[in-house]
Parts: sequence; structure tokens; C-alpha cells
Amino acid sequence: MDLSRAKACIARVGGTNCDLEMKVALENLGLTAEVLHMKQILKRGLSEYQLFVLPGGFSYGDYVRAGAIWGKEVHSKIKSELEAFIDEEKLVMGVCNGFQVMIEAGILPNGELVEVPKAALANNMSAKYECRWVYLRVERGGTPFTGDLETGEILKIPVGHGEGRFIPASEDFLKELIEEGCVLFRYSMPSGEAAEGRYPYNPNGSVYDIAGICNRKGNVMGMMPHPERAFFGWQLPEERNVPYGDGKRIFQGIIKYLQKY
Amino acid sequence: MKEGLIRKVPGVSVVEIDLSRAEDKDLSEISQTMGLALSLREMKALKEHYSRPLTDVEIQTFGQTWSEHCIHKTFKGIVEVEGGRRINGLLKEYIMKATKELNKPWCYSVFEDNAGLIEFDQDYLVAAKVETHNHPSAVEPFGGAATGVGGVIRDILGVWGEPIANIDVLCFGPLDLPYETLPHGLKHPKYIYKGVIAGIGSYGNNMGIPTVSGAIFFDSGYVGNPVVYCGCVGILPKGFYVKDTKEGDYAVLAGGRTGRDGIHGVTFASTDLMEDTDRLRPAVQIPNPLVEERLRRAIITIRDRRLASGITDLGGGGISCATGEMANRSGLGIEVSLDVVHLKEPDLAPWEIWISESQERMLLSVPERNLGDVLEVFEDEDVEACVLGRFNGSRRLRVYHRGLVVCDLDLEFLYSPPRAIRKASHVEYVPTPCALPEPKDLAEELLRILSDPNIRSKEDVIRTYDHEVRGCTAIKPLQGDLSGPNDAAIIKPLRDSWMGVVISCGITPFYPDPYWMAAASIEEAIRNNTSVGGRRIALLDNFVWGNPEREDRMGSLVRAAEACYDFSKALDAPFISGKDSLYNESPLGPVRPTLLITGIGIIPDVRKAVTVELKEEGDPLYVLGVTRNELAGSIYLKSKGLNGGECPKVNAKISKDTTQSLIKAMDSGLVAACHDVSEGGIGVAAAEMVMAANLGLSIDLRNVPSDVNRSDVLLFSESTSRFLVEVKRDCVREFEEILQGVPHCKVGVVGGNSFRIFGLDGSTWEVGISELRHAWRGVDGP
Repeated sequence: MDLSRAKACIARVGGTNCDLEMKVALENLGLTAEVLHMKQILKRGLSEYQLFVLPGGFSYGDYVRAGAIWGKEVHSKIKSELEAFIDEEKLVMGVCNGFQVMIEAGILPNGELVEVPKAALANNMSAKYECRWVYLRVERGGTPFTGDLETGEILKIPVGHGEGRFIPASEDFLKELIEEGCVLFRYSMPSGEAAEGRYPYNPNGSVYDIAGICNRKGNVMGMMPHPERAFFGWQLPEERNVPYGDGKRIFQGIIKYLQKY
Repeated sequence: MKEGLIRKVPGVSVVEIDLSRAEDKDLSEISQTMGLALSLREMKALKEHYSRPLTDVEIQTFGQTWSEHCIHKTFKGIVEVEGGRRINGLLKEYIMKATKELNKPWCYSVFEDNAGLIEFDQDYLVAAKVETHNHPSAVEPFGGAATGVGGVIRDILGVWGEPIANIDVLCFGPLDLPYETLPHGLKHPKYIYKGVIAGIGSYGNNMGIPTVSGAIFFDSGYVGNPVVYCGCVGILPKGFYVKDTKEGDYAVLAGGRTGRDGIHGVTFASTDLMEDTDRLRPAVQIPNPLVEERLRRAIITIRDRRLASGITDLGGGGISCATGEMANRSGLGIEVSLDVVHLKEPDLAPWEIWISESQERMLLSVPERNLGDVLEVFEDEDVEACVLGRFNGSRRLRVYHRGLVVCDLDLEFLYSPPRAIRKASHVEYVPTPCALPEPKDLAEELLRILSDPNIRSKEDVIRTYDHEVRGCTAIKPLQGDLSGPNDAAIIKPLRDSWMGVVISCGITPFYPDPYWMAAASIEEAIRNNTSVGGRRIALLDNFVWGNPEREDRMGSLVRAAEACYDFSKALDAPFISGKDSLYNESPLGPVRPTLLITGIGIIPDVRKAVTVELKEEGDPLYVLGVTRNELAGSIYLKSKGLNGGECPKVNAKISKDTTQSLIKAMDSGLVAACHDVSEGGIGVAAAEMVMAANLGLSIDLRNVPSDVNRSDVLLFSESTSRFLVEVKRDCVREFEEILQGVPHCKVGVVGGNSFRIFGLDGSTWEVGISELRHAWRGVDGP
């Protein structure tokens, strides 16, 4: 579709705090992005949007568990709406707390809102909050979110979380995720080889160095690192005199997909 | 106490206190038992003014409003200095005076509101404020530090600012302090350290405000009195700074509920910490960042829709101080009803509701026509709000509880407390010779200093604070994968402008002379700001001192304040805001007198900022400034347990010329890397530049501008006004031209994979980069 007609909804509740930088990134690429409180989403629905973003933050103070309360709210209040959205092959993206919400709501790993989550984002192995830049290896290029990336490319993007250790429900389920191409980003060494749990390259102890996953079709994606914080060159820790950072590549993929949608 | 002075009024929830019949000792006893922390002079002033009995709500209002915390009686009072000199207020005569004389057109509102305001560009203002939360953090480290952060964020909201960065500077006792040396009632430094750091991280991260600047110090002078400075910087469009409360406007209280937490926080902050700290826990507030996050959203919306006529935060003194101050500031009066306040528990006494310091609350004045809209904005953000009262022209503070007037005070009298008179002795450090034999192995000394707790990398702490949230952090506290320590942080607050806000700290608590300590702190804040490219620097002062009623404490405070005037003026950097925390005393004695200077600069283009890590093999390294034999209070001596030596001094002219030339060189694109020389001297600064880059360096001490004849002194002296600058190879001539008239010399070359030092007598020392990193960070690699 014509990009000028496409619209993104960036959802928020009390405690969400990464909505504005998400809006800046999307708008920079020419997409209309609206930040909507859950209350407004309940009134307006999602039909006018093609991209639904759950941004980072500490939704509802992350009381109970990170993302748990908002996850349950999403599940109980907009389940069918969101399922229809996903069925129409529109895009759903969760970053950091948004990823945690997606896991808690059961949206990921499968892309359908199941009752019991099949994975968890547990406390970091280091037992503390980790704000640092990490290297990500693209495990599957060409998906809606990696349309501007090739398999095997390395991105440098920061993380900032206390609960990001991806744990699948079982070994078999992990295998399934890998085989079906649902593992989208893995923490890696600067050289591109897998981090294999080495701290701080794998900043949280995620199983199989998983940093981001998607559903089979690839239109539902969650990741712990923050691409919106590595969007512009001036946000980067080194080599700052370039116009854009690696985070932009992910948003570029979104734009490509929406243009074809 | 004489009988019947304190009388419960039948059928109502207030107590009456009859001061008219009270004798001096009764007055002191009343002040003590009611937790007022008022002096006998102040109690007598009350007795003289009121022939009628005062209610507990009224007398508590005086306790809060006249507290050291709320009106800074020491800084505003009269000081009689030994020898007959009389100072008409430290604030007026020194700190504010420098600002007034510098008369910068970009200073928008200074020393007036909750935070200092300076111009950012034509359309925007930057707001900055730094607070201390020492007493609460000593008692309940997590809650104390977290509410310190929450409180200073509200100071920024209180000037309609959108918070964009947090600053935290912390001082603790040594973490390895033997438990048996800890006096009863005090908490171990390790416990305080862990709680404070967790509290700061928790609140800042939750609120989504990047914590970008700070420092951590360890010293036995902080065992009884840990120091927690919390700062916040915000931004707002110029025309939206509205403080115009009018008669008939409503007072709206919004945010968290009011409870028994934080009762007497200000009076507790205004007295020594002498009892078992656990008994004081109820004086510490309970943090809930989620509530403040919602509150922030609502307030920014109200600002942007121009719905309110005024705003202030609820900090010390709770509702009593916020309503009184807002009414008084606007030349008005106010009627307040305590019945509408949302409470955490039902049976609070009126005086408790009135002075509780429960967190996450703000007070707004709202014109009648906008009241509905304001309440709707709060409701949309799930923030509880109530219409507390209404402003009128009475110049009185009248409070109702269940239909009865429980407080009715004349604001004129309430805000004219008797002026304090303090006595000060003359305090000056007299240098003693320092008996330090010259060590043979400077490599070994360097590694020892790098692993000193005061020098060691603070990465373990810094990475638990989110410094990237909001996506506006251009220069980060830690540089690159190898986490080099940048001297200042830069935030790019506006989408459509390359301009950045440069945030730096200066703090040199170990220098023994109070005057030169303050001078060095000011100069360091400016120097750190300059190191990354900051200019047009405004300063904030935060004094943490002992009991000002003791002449020696007061004496050193006077000297430090004098230096603030002298160097703010000479270095052309005005103070815009400040805060003092006095009465930091414990059974172990007074706190180490500590002055934090925060520097807020600007940079025209964040892409041109300079970072700490060495960049390019073959580039020359320059030392700017003169190295003198100034070891007093240096980490070099301190780490050896030695005293004596000369205190580092500041030559304002050299300092100013150096920073101006350096900025010029940076703007001309000649500088590849820069680091300020401070704790640990040239040795530590150079090692940090090496470790941050994984690039080696050799330096020749024979070329360092100096009259010192010992290699160890050259390497570790902490003389002020110095920088290490990596100059781009092809730009040397241009750089030298710009630096004309400023002491400087090429001392080294970037390259190799070790740090090599050539001494005065021709000896050389070499340390591998990985060895340096092991000493400084405990690990090699990221």
C-alpha cells in the first residue's frame, strides 16, 4: 500500500516509556505513527492500523513480573482483535518490555494468543539490570522485519533490561523454534560467531543466545534489544558520523513490507 | 513541663498548645516532643507573636516552614566570623552575588523556583536541580535513594520541565570496613551501597529517564553519614513556563496518596543522626515510580494545553509547605480542606495529613474554567487528583478539617522567620611536609592506584542504570565496548536540532583546604564539561556539611562559599541553583565536608563531541596545564594512608585560557580524543585513554610542563586545569597556534599495545593493556 496511507499504533499504559523514540524512528521513515493509551485502543480498535507496536518501559511498574499485568490485559481485552490483526498478516512488534508483554500474553512464540505461555523472559543471569550495546546475528533474513537484512549479518544495538533471559518451555520446543525459522536474532560475538552464553556478549544468559523471535510467517516479532536507540548515527557509541545506525535496518524492513502490503 | 500547656480539645482531632504560659525550658521541650526541631529563639518568637493557643497543625506548620531544609536558615542567616567580620548571608554575599555580577542574559530564572532555568536555544529552556537525600539513605538505603531520585524529578516537573537526564553522585564508607568498628545503630557501608544503587536504578529506569552522569567515592568520613546526591535535568518550551497563580484559582493536589510515611522528613533532615537509625524508618518515604510516571505524562499534557496557572512539587513539609509557598509567592492566601485528600489509611490526624511527605505528589493552581479539563487529564492517565482548596486574597493560610478551622496563620509572619545567627571560626589548611620516599617501580604504583576503590571502574554500577532510554544520549557515561570513562554526558533533547546539553560533575572531597577544595570542584566541573566539547557552562552547588551550629564546621563552610564566589566569577560560570544539607553528624563525628558542583553546558553539534578513547596510531598526545607538587588529598597519598603536602590550587586565568583554547581547537576539528586530568593524575588519565581504546601509548615525563623534579609526583599529582589531548597527526601546527599562551607540551605518541612511561632520570616502565584493565576493571575485554 501507499506508505502515506499506512499507520502505526504504538500502544502504551502507565509505565510505558519508550514510545516516543519509537515514534521518532517510524516517522523518520515516513510512516504515520500514533501513540495510543490502552484505554483509547479499547475504544477505537486496531482496524485503521497496519503496524501494532508494544514498546519498552515498565508497564504497570513491572509489578508481579515484567510485562505480566499488561500481558494479561492484552489477552483479556483485545485477544480477538489482535488475532484478526495477525491473521490479516499485519505486523506486530514488541521491543523489550513489549516483548515481555507478548510472551506473557501468549502472542509469541506462536503468533496466536495461547492461554499458557510457551516461553519466559526470566531474570538476567547476572542478577542485575544490563544497559549495554550487544552484537546481534540475523538468523533469518527476508522476513517482514528483516526484509532489509540478510541471514548472517551482524547488527550493533543496545539492550536495557533486568528480565531478558529467554527460556523456552522445553528442549523440543526450542528445536521446533529453530527448525521453523522462528529464531530471528541471536546474541553474537563481534566476529559473528554465536555468543554461546558468554557474558556480556550474551547479556542475560538467554538459551541458545536468543535475542528476538518471530512466528512462522514472520509478521509477529519480539526482541529484547532496542533498535530505536540505534537508529541515528549520533546515537551510536563509536563511528558516530554516519547518518544512521543498524537499528534503522529493522525499521526499513517494516517499511518495505508495508509498501507491498 | 508545666501542666496544661498541651491540651486535647474535646470532640475534635486537634491538640492545642498554649505557648503564652510556657517558660524557656517548656518551649524547648515542646519543640523536642513534637518533633519540630525549632530553636529556643524561634520558639520564643512564636510565643511573642501568639497570645492565643496554637493548634498542633499550626505549630507543625512552623516546624516545617522554618526548618533548615525548607528555608536554608544557615545560608540565609547572619554569620559572625572569628575576628569580627559579619557576613550578611552566605547565599546573598557569595553564591548569588557571583551570578548577579556575571549577569548572563541566558540565565532565565535562577535561585527562585524548584529548579534553575537557563536558555537552551531561542525557543527552549533547560532546567536543572540537584538534591541530597543523605539521612533517608542512611536509614533505609533503597527507599531513601529512590525517593531522592523521585523528588528531584518532581523539582523539574515543578518548573514544567520534561525530565531528560538523571545525575547521581554517591559517597560511602569503605566497603571492607570491619564490622566490629561499626558503632551501634549505624548500617554497614556495603548494605547502604547496595541499597542506594538498587534504589537509584529502580526509580530512574522505571521512570524512563536515563541516568547519565555521576561519581562514587569511598572514605571513612562517610561511614556515619553516607552522601546521596540526586540530580535531574529537564527541557521545556520557553513560553510554557507559567507561574501566575491568581485569586480564585483552584489548588489541585495530584498523584500518590498521603500516608504516614515521611512524617517529619524535613525536621529529621535538619538534625544530627544520633540515634539508632532503625527507629527513624517511618521518616523515610516509600517510592512508587509507576505513579510518578503517570503523573509526569499528565503534567506535560496539562503544560502543553496551557491548562494550569502554576505548579510546585510536594517535597519537604508536604502539603503545608507547597500550599503556603504557592500562595505566598503569588501574594495571595489559600483555604484548604484536608477532608478531600486521598489517604493511604483512614485515621490520619489532621497534622499528619498536613505535613506528610508521601511521594509522587504535585500541586497545581488551575483557573476555574480549566478545572474540569485538568481533572480529566489526570483521570485519563490514571492519576488520582482532588481539589484541595482555592486561592484568595486574604494572605492567610486557613485549613479545614471536618468543618472546623484547624489552622489559620498569617503568611507574612509564617514567611518571616527570625534570622539565624551562626558563629564561624577561621579554618585553613596549613601544609605539612609529606614524607614520601620516591618509589622505584611506577608501573606497580600505577596498577595499585588503578585498583583503588576510588579510581576503579564503576561499570558494575553504571550499567545497572539505563543511560540510553529516550534514545537521546549522544555521549554516554561509558565509552564504547571497552567502557572508557567519558568526562561528561551529552543529551540531544530536540528532534530537529543538533544541539546538546552537556552534563558534568566536579567533586574533590579529599582536598584538605575548604577554600581550595571548593575551587577545585568548580574548576573540575567546568573542565569535565570542556573535555567533551561543552561551553557556556552554568553551575549548581550542593553542600553537604556537619552541624552549622559548631564554629569549625561553619568556618569551613564560609571558606568554601567564598571560593564559590571567587571562582564562579573568575571562571565566568554562574550558579543557577543549589541546595545545602547540613547537620550530617553521627556518633562518628561530622561528615567529610563535601561540595558537589554540577556543570550544565551546551554544544552546538553533538556530532562534534569528543570522547575519551585514543583514536589513531601515530597521533601525538599533549598535556595542557602545569603540573605542580600538589599531593595533599590525592589518591596517590590517600592510597598509601599518608597526609600532608600542598593542596591543589586553581589559577583562574590559566584555567580559563586553557578551556577557551581547547574548545577552539575542538571546533576546528583538531582534537581526536580528550580526557581531564583529575584523581590519580596524568598516570590514571592516560591509562584510561589507553584502556578505552585498546591502543597503546608512550609518554615522556620530561616533557610535562612543570617545575617538579620527581617522576612519581609528575605522574600522580592532582594539580588542576590540566587535560590530556590527542591531536590529529596532520593538525599539530594549527593546534600549537591555537594553544599559544597556554601551558602545553607534546608528551607522547599513540601506538603499540602497552602503556610506556619514560621517567625524569631516563628509567622506563611498561604495562600491558590487559594488565591495566585487570587492575582497573577486574576483567579483560568487555
